[in-house]
Amino acid sequence: MASSSSSYNSPCAACKFLRRKCLPGCLFAPYFPPEEPQKFANVHKIFGASNVTKLLNELLPHQREDAVNSLAYEAEARVRDPVYGCVGAITFLQRQVQRLQKELDAANADLLRYACHDISSPPPPAFQPFAVSDGIYRQSSSSYSLPWADSSSEDINNGGGGGNL
Amino acid sequence: MISGRCAACKSQRRKCPSDCIFSPYFPPNDPQRFACVHRIYGCSNVGKMLQQMPVQMRAQAVDTLYMEARWRIEDPVYGCVKLISQLHQNLNDTESELAKVKALIAFHKLQISQVNELHQPDLDASQSNVEQFQFNYSTQNHYPWFIN
Repeated sequence: MASSSSSYNSPCAACKFLRRKCLPGCLFAPYFPPEEPQKFANVHKIFGASNVTKLLNELLPHQREDAVNSLAYEAEARVRDPVYGCVGAITFLQRQVQRLQKELDAANADLLRYACHDISSPPPPAFQPFAVSDGIYRQSSSSYSLPWADSSSEDINNGGGGGNL
Repeated sequence: MISGRCAACKSQRRKCPSDCIFSPYFPPNDPQRFACVHRIYGCSNVGKMLQQMPVQMRAQAVDTLYMEARWRIEDPVYGCVKLISQLHQNLNDTESELAKVKALIAFHKLQISQVNELHQPDLDASQSNVEQFQFNYSTQNHYPWFIN
């Protein structure tokens, strides 16, 4: 069997797709491994091999991997949604961010109301063992301690999923 | 007369037929629009994409292709994917912030409910406790355990 002329032992996905010899120094070989044929198929369908070649040649070598991955992401989005492509995802995410921001603003307003309630509430008569002013300040300061200020408290930062490309 | 050519046919230096697939979406007075799309996707790829979708969706598709092409020209490495990544990050940050504020609200609610319970104890229960104590004290000569 003839030895492979590519850096892998088989032609890269691009050269396989294009049915050409995968020469040493093939521009696509580092970014389109033969195990991921769909990646190049999508990129070729949307952008075309020659456009991708031009794009990659305009970039520095260390930028090309990220560029190929982002092109593959865009191509996949466009294959799944030929009308809106990535713009559909952007619109959806922008709406989600706006919705959450409104919810956060409402929650902050609620929090402020609770905080003002704590400050403005008169001290209960049964809880004045010492001077009235001491009782108020003691109660107010304890109301504002954060539940996670103790080292034993749980992490409430659930975070969100997604974000992977 | 060739003045009626769309921007695509002008760019490709060809005749613009009456049923040109590009002409409704690439008017001759906006050459930049086709130039961006052609630079990133190529004329034949755009033509194939438009042919494969219903006519009523093509205008929207060309608009989004143009937007993505412009993003890619501005940022050849990440294109519009950078914006998607930033939006995901914003979403995560806002969700975290919301969770924290909700936890604080729950904490305040708990504090308020605890204070309210202490302000308004169950009067019947406390009265019966007092009576029981008086009964125990008077009838049993109960002394504190630390006194012999």
